[in-house]
Amino acid sequence: MEFIQFDHVSKSYDKQLVLDELDLYIKENTFVTLLGPSGCGKTTTLRLLGGFEKPDSGKIYLNGNDITALPANLRPINTVFQKYALFPHMTIEENIAFGLNIQKKSKEYIQDKIKYALKLVNLDGFEKRSIDSLSGGQQQRIAIARAIVNEPKVLLLDEPLGALDLKLRQNMQYELMKIKQELGITFLYVTHDQEEALTMSDTIVVMNQGYIQQIGTPEDIYNEPENAFVADFIGESNIIEGIMIKDELVSFLGVQVPCVDKGFGTMKPVDVVIRPEDVELGAPGKGFMDGVITDCLFKGVHYELDVQCGGYEWLVHTTKYFEIGQHVSLNVIPFNIQIMNKPESEDEEVMKEDE
Amino acid sequence: MNNRFKTSFLAAPYALWVLICTILPLLYILGYALTSSTGSFTLANLTAIADPVHLKSLWLSIKVAFLTTVICLVIAYPVALILHNLKITNKGFIVFMFILPMWMNFMLRILAWQIILSNNGILNSILSAVGLPTLHILYTKSAVTLGMVYDFLPYMILPIYNALSKINDQVIEAAADLGANWLTTFTKITIPLSKDGIISGIIMVFVPALSSFVVSNLLGGGKVLLIGNVIEQEFTLARNWNLGSGLSIILMIFVILSMSIMNKVDDSENGGMLV
Repeated sequence: MEFIQFDHVSKSYDKQLVLDELDLYIKENTFVTLLGPSGCGKTTTLRLLGGFEKPDSGKIYLNGNDITALPANLRPINTVFQKYALFPHMTIEENIAFGLNIQKKSKEYIQDKIKYALKLVNLDGFEKRSIDSLSGGQQQRIAIARAIVNEPKVLLLDEPLGALDLKLRQNMQYELMKIKQELGITFLYVTHDQEEALTMSDTIVVMNQGYIQQIGTPEDIYNEPENAFVADFIGESNIIEGIMIKDELVSFLGVQVPCVDKGFGTMKPVDVVIRPEDVELGAPGKGFMDGVITDCLFKGVHYELDVQCGGYEWLVHTTKYFEIGQHVSLNVIPFNIQIMNKPESEDEEVMKEDE
Repeated sequence: MNNRFKTSFLAAPYALWVLICTILPLLYILGYALTSSTGSFTLANLTAIADPVHLKSLWLSIKVAFLTTVICLVIAYPVALILHNLKITNKGFIVFMFILPMWMNFMLRILAWQIILSNNGILNSILSAVGLPTLHILYTKSAVTLGMVYDFLPYMILPIYNALSKINDQVIEAAADLGANWLTTFTKITIPLSKDGIISGIIMVFVPALSSFVVSNLLGGGKVLLIGNVIEQEFTLARNWNLGSGLSIILMIFVILSMSIMNKVDDSENGGMLV
């Protein structure tokens, strides 16, 4: 049995099904991110593990023990809340000591732990300060310190960086990874920010509408999305309807293009995913089809182009500048063409994970 | 400069109102209190509080007001907590039900209690119907306290309910997350974070209870003489406005004193933690 295991867990609020028969396994000492749009069930999953919600059906196991009915205060799990949730009537020291005082630890032990935790989150010497004197980023660090001093087996983080500005968010991402390294415990992180997920995680669980869409390493999720939802949610993509003519040959927008995918059958409708950075622009006639640049935006690292081509508006990232109205050809090497099964119906837009 | 003039101009009606309806009457009272019936300066109206009859009334007032406040707090806190924790969408309606009696005339509500508590009243009819001995509590201190508790209870519930509503749910969850059971969460988190509501509730009950005289008139039947009753009688029956004003000033000093004590409790415990 895995370290954390969700076994057919369902949960609904006001008859609205949020999680449907969720199965999820998490290995010990990994950084796992639940990624998805709001309402996808990621926060509910985290709250079920934290003990703040009870599942309607199904079981949750931690380290082989059934913890489904165990109240939050008895679980060896601590949480960093989205809005910090620090105790406003206590000093930083008292906040961090809260859990340890409940465990009746000795004064010396608590003092040592506070020192250690504040050092870990880069706020040494802040013991006596009040919560109100801290910035949002500092409050979030205190929330992390308050959680980790209890030496939880699992740390839950519910969009902890959501309220911080971009620069601070990036710094905190590195710090969280560092803290994870130092503590060697399991992190379960919830976010809707794909960049955060790709940067920090060992494993990403992409969720939508209560179902797991795909589980994999950041590289897997980005390079080989299993369905259109994942492809669309993670990064930007050109998703084009096509027909798989036979193995390693796909037809879309009226042209036939070689690819590397096999096993879809013959003449099967599929979705073709091409990342904007994988499209190569050349002189007209040099690629598999020709088009016209309709928009060109400078984005810092690259230019973001819209190319009208074969009746589809392609999103293309290049490092070269192109004039609007310029005629170009499009080319994509077979390896960068990702073929996905089409959902059978609208409802199947959210594919059920059967692992 | 211009802006500032505009703001003070807009405040003028309020300032006028305060001047005519609060400050001038207060100065009049002070004037009466410091003069004798012949108009000469005297402190006798203030020192009259030392008269055993007056002292006894003041002490009784403080006791009744204190008891009323304690009972209100003991009832109101659980009620506010239950209201807050109700998992229903129409919470506003329930709160409204608690406020509703406040919209009815206060005298009518107290008169209703007179009928309920009287010797042949509803309470005793029920008691004798089930074979219990009847109670004679009308025109006693208990009846006065009961009336006051009934009257002032909403003023205790609402500020506490408000304070509880302002507590972030995640803070309560965080306490549980860190291992606190229900009781620890309640004593270490919920009560300290609702302290402002408790203090406003105490002030809003204790102060009017201390100076009340209508409840004791109707439910005390002239047998329960609070300091408010003494003052009222000096103005209406004895027509000794000077003495009435003097005792009013003393009562006001007690009110201000109790409020400043409560505010001090508030400040010292906040100690720069809550700004």
